[in-house]
Amino acid sequence: MFDGLILGFSTVLSGHNLLLVLAGCAAGTIIGMLPGLGPISAIALMIPVTYGFDPASGMILLAGVYYGAIFGGSTSSILINAPGVAGTVATSFDGYPLAKSGQPGKALAIAAYASFAGGTLAAILLVVAAPYLASWSLSFQSADYFMLMLLGLCLVSAFSSKGEYLKALLMTCFGLALSTVGTDLTSGIQRFTFGRMDLIDGISFLLLAMGTFAMSEAILMVLRGHDSKIDDLKTSSIKLCRDEVKTIAPVIARSSIIGFFIGVLPGAGATIASFLSYGLEKNIAKDSYQFGKGSLKGLAAPETANNAACTGSFVPLLTLGIPGSGTTAILLGALIAYGIQPGPRLFVDKPEIFWAVIASMYVGNVFLLVLNLPLIPYIARVLTIPRTILIPSIMFFALMGVYLVSFNTFDIQMLVIIAVCAVALRLFGYPMAPLLLGFILGGILEDNLRRAIALADGQWSFLWERPVTLALVILTTLVVVGPLLKYVLKRR
Amino acid sequence: MIRILSVLLAGLITFSGNVSAETLLEDVHFLIPAGPGGGWDGTARGVGEAMVKSGLITDVSYENLSGGGGGRAIAKFIETAPRQKNTLLIGSTPLVVRSLQQIFPQSFRDLKPIASVIADYGCFAVHKDSPFLNWQDVVNEYLKSPQSIKVAGGSVRGSTDHFVIANAFKLAGGKPRDVVYIPYDGGGKAMAGLLTGETQVLSTGLSEALEMHRAGEIRILAITAESRLPDTPSLPTLKEQGFDLRFANWRGFFAAPGHPDAHYDDMAHTLASVINTQAFYVVRARNGWATLHIEKDQFYQFLEQQEAEIGTLMRELGFLR
Repeated sequence: MFDGLILGFSTVLSGHNLLLVLAGCAAGTIIGMLPGLGPISAIALMIPVTYGFDPASGMILLAGVYYGAIFGGSTSSILINAPGVAGTVATSFDGYPLAKSGQPGKALAIAAYASFAGGTLAAILLVVAAPYLASWSLSFQSADYFMLMLLGLCLVSAFSSKGEYLKALLMTCFGLALSTVGTDLTSGIQRFTFGRMDLIDGISFLLLAMGTFAMSEAILMVLRGHDSKIDDLKTSSIKLCRDEVKTIAPVIARSSIIGFFIGVLPGAGATIASFLSYGLEKNIAKDSYQFGKGSLKGLAAPETANNAACTGSFVPLLTLGIPGSGTTAILLGALIAYGIQPGPRLFVDKPEIFWAVIASMYVGNVFLLVLNLPLIPYIARVLTIPRTILIPSIMFFALMGVYLVSFNTFDIQMLVIIAVCAVALRLFGYPMAPLLLGFILGGILEDNLRRAIALADGQWSFLWERPVTLALVILTTLVVVGPLLKYVLKRR
Repeated sequence: MIRILSVLLAGLITFSGNVSAETLLEDVHFLIPAGPGGGWDGTARGVGEAMVKSGLITDVSYENLSGGGGGRAIAKFIETAPRQKNTLLIGSTPLVVRSLQQIFPQSFRDLKPIASVIADYGCFAVHKDSPFLNWQDVVNEYLKSPQSIKVAGGSVRGSTDHFVIANAFKLAGGKPRDVVYIPYDGGGKAMAGLLTGETQVLSTGLSEALEMHRAGEIRILAITAESRLPDTPSLPTLKEQGFDLRFANWRGFFAAPGHPDAHYDDMAHTLASVINTQAFYVVRARNGWATLHIEKDQFYQFLEQQEAEIGTLMRELGFLR
């Protein structure tokens, strides 16, 4: 195993490949920062560049782009509340409030440290736990995925401040409802498309995220009017004091482990990992009321888990040839185009590629940190741009981001309508985060539930027949009933 | 922007390609009715790469336009046909299936079929620890109790993965509507569904299952080709096991309507030439594709025949009213 790692490092650290990691990370970060362009677009853009490289170099470059894009994606979530990929939605829950409160530099720095730590710890876990990972990634069946999604929903459902549970619940259900638009996987029947071709594939995540988060935020900034003064010195400061480091260190450790092991599951991935770790931290934190208002823990947890899960997602891709996400699916396409068929034999037949990718994770994470920390003070200044320029720019990027993915004017109309509805709802105190959460998890939740029911011949017995499912059922019940019990006991 | 950049990048890379004497088409633009990374995308880019590397054309560009199961790209293609002289749209069997299901109103008749290039055959696979050793074993169990055979597939109900296996059970004397088809979001997840043991049989494309078969994680029990394939001589066909089912998921190219016939002939000639190049051989081999070259009028007839066959079958299965 360590021979392999040495082989990998010797491949990556050769001058040519080292340059490729650097180039990939830089390109990925820049592309990822643009709202609307996530890792999928970034990798798709770079694939033609890699034709003609040897496969190991090509994968090293693309892996660099992947880490860079994930990293860059959190920047737009934090600074302008525009999560371009589902994996960075949870990052915006606390990252954006923290940045808005005048500490964008610190928010970005925490994201950078958390990404670095998450990515590196996950890469270490990958090497240590390698022999058991393939079987772990296949230990989850549809029923377990269903329960995992449900657990995620329950953990994070109490998003809002006190007394707003009903509103949060309502918005979660609304999000679940929106996720049913489009072609139903189980029956092949179109639902709520009103005969429109534009809706056959459902509402795109990007459109909903831009509408409910970025656009509605920009409109609200106009409506609210007043200009908060931002201290330039504080803005660009990236320093963390010792107490702050102490607060986030255990969060990062826990989130890396959760993120990695969830990321290894082909049916889960970075988004669920980030929600689960956010929810877990929120539920075990003593200062959980801080979450959603700029909590350092609430920022560090999803950002760590997100990156750890991306590292984890390479396990099913490289060892089984099974892509767990859209991003790994496109990486699989690239690998096949290089003439490499990932599968259980890759590890034996082409160890140099397997280990080069893993070594590139370590090197890429270091590069990202070194590359980005000095830049953060400058990036953070985005928020000191006068509102007359900032607000139209946010709207411009949101509109362009949506249009450039689909080239469909219908999406633009829908984006505007969704943004206006979101503004109205937010003015009445309805939170948008549960809506997006319900939407993201809804589709996978439903597909897995219906698969589980079909596999169990229509019986609900799948809920307790397998130990993994049963454990998740018990855990979910505890999460739901726990706070209620606590409340009742306190009253006595 | 992605489009512009990728065109630029592709242009930069292809700049080094050498020009052959018999240049019929200067450049080709590929319209891919799906996002990057899928089967259509890979085929279009593979063929384009081979065309440039072998010097058949000097310039190639790609455009991904997803939406409506491919319907948006087709609608745009027909709408802008006069401007799409050198554009080739990639399609495959799902194009026929989806227009039968009326997901989009157009069919191959509204386009100009140029040629099919490759084919992926269907295959049925089981887990390495499965008690089923050949297709007859699966059929016997199915006839005893259809409920006990859960079939994983990589696409929605009514898609090719579904009706190929439903047809296979029908030929064995079972009721095709009894098939318990479990749809997954993509062939990879369907493979995972077989490996976790929640399903007993996987119905998918051969190219998606071959590597796991070679690694010994799954066993392919039957393929839907006419006869055994030269690249995989050990895999038995359904036909030789006594079930006369042949199914090829072709992938081919279409041109925009309304251009002179001579131009279509040039396109067909370019596609026919690329198939025999070393560059295409390399692309084909690394992707595990089988060649299926049918061009122009024969391709049109082939599509009509496939449409009729699939239509009949889907009506019998209750997927179409």
